[in-house]
Amino acid sequence: MGKVVEKLVYERPKSLTDAHTHYCPGCTHGVSHRLVAEALDELGIRERTIGIAPVGCSVLAYYYFNVDFAEAAHGRAPAMATGMKRANPDRVIFTYQGDGDLAAIGTGEIVHAAGRGENITVIFINNAIYGMTGGQMAPTTLEGQKTTSSPMGRDISIAGHPLKMSELLSTLDGAAYVVRHSLHDVKHIRRARKAILTAFKVQLAGLGFSMVELLSTCCTNWKMDPVESLDWLRDNMVPFYPLGEHKVIDAVKDL
Amino acid sequence: MARGRIEIDEQYCKGCRLCVSVCPQEILAISSRLNERGYMPAEIIDMERCTGCSMCAVICPDVCITVYRQVPLRQT
Ligand SMILES: Cc1ncc(C[n+]2csc(CCOP(=O)(O)OP(=O)(O)O)c2C)c(N)n1
Repeated sequence: MGKVVEKLVYERPKSLTDAHTHYCPGCTHGVSHRLVAEALDELGIRERTIGIAPVGCSVLAYYYFNVDFAEAAHGRAPAMATGMKRANPDRVIFTYQGDGDLAAIGTGEIVHAAGRGENITVIFINNAIYGMTGGQMAPTTLEGQKTTSSPMGRDISIAGHPLKMSELLSTLDGAAYVVRHSLHDVKHIRRARKAILTAFKVQLAGLGFSMVELLSTCCTNWKMDPVESLDWLRDNMVPFYPLGEHKVIDAVKDL
Repeated sequence: MARGRIEIDEQYCKGCRLCVSVCPQEILAISSRLNERGYMPAEIIDMERCTGCSMCAVICPDVCITVYRQVPLRQT
């Protein structure tokens, strides 16, 4: 056997600080943070990126990303991002939002930001529940899913149907890149990583609104261990929320 | 000789077991000691069999794993 050397194949991205996160063990917010940080590292845009944290479990994201950050009022991150991007077009602006933030109190902001084709990137964490406040029903909660505010399971006749945000936003002309991925296993995490990279490239090329929806877990409020949570996500959320590219304009394909 | 090697930064680990569940070599386990934050961290029980595949690092929500792989000299 010839001479071998040891090569570093994976290390903590530079776009994360060395802070310990407050997330529960197994929470996929940590995975999403890492994927965003890896994309910023890979594109070499850490020094000119500004993130916007939501209200929700990821409210403290500004402690964890080693980039400039602002904190928006609940659901208003796309409005804040709009102002920031228009005032500083040379900056890369992304929002990081949960489903309670983006699909409930902030539905108006996200729809209009996408409709206007704002040149921002949205990382949308869909864990089908309000995590931070104790596991209440979200617009994305599945039919029959038990939460603290739907203890018998979500009843469609009372609470209506879950919102499919990627499909909804993909109908808007301003949206350039809207995709949904899942974090339930290594293969899918790798695909999500690529999509996040593409979303930032869309912004760098000035093509308009980009969003990556990431199907995620909430072990604590789903009352499952981390491994069971990933299985539940795969078996219940993935069939209801189809993965894939919901809107990709032609210019993105040429990137 | 091992084809890979990982380092687990125990102080970041929350013992969630996701790395244990995906390791194709089944060489990760949750230890019985506590880290500074009161979690039982993951540890590698047989480094000799590590292939450096990085699956543990890809699934880790707490970014505590660094991965190295042995490669022929000419590939570097
Ligand atoms: C104006 C306003 N209304 C309501 C709340 C209460 N609140 C805090 S977080 C949250 C929802 C969080 O859920 P989600 O966006 O899904 O994020 P997660 O915690 O699951 O990551 C709500 C309703 C608030 N902080 N401010």
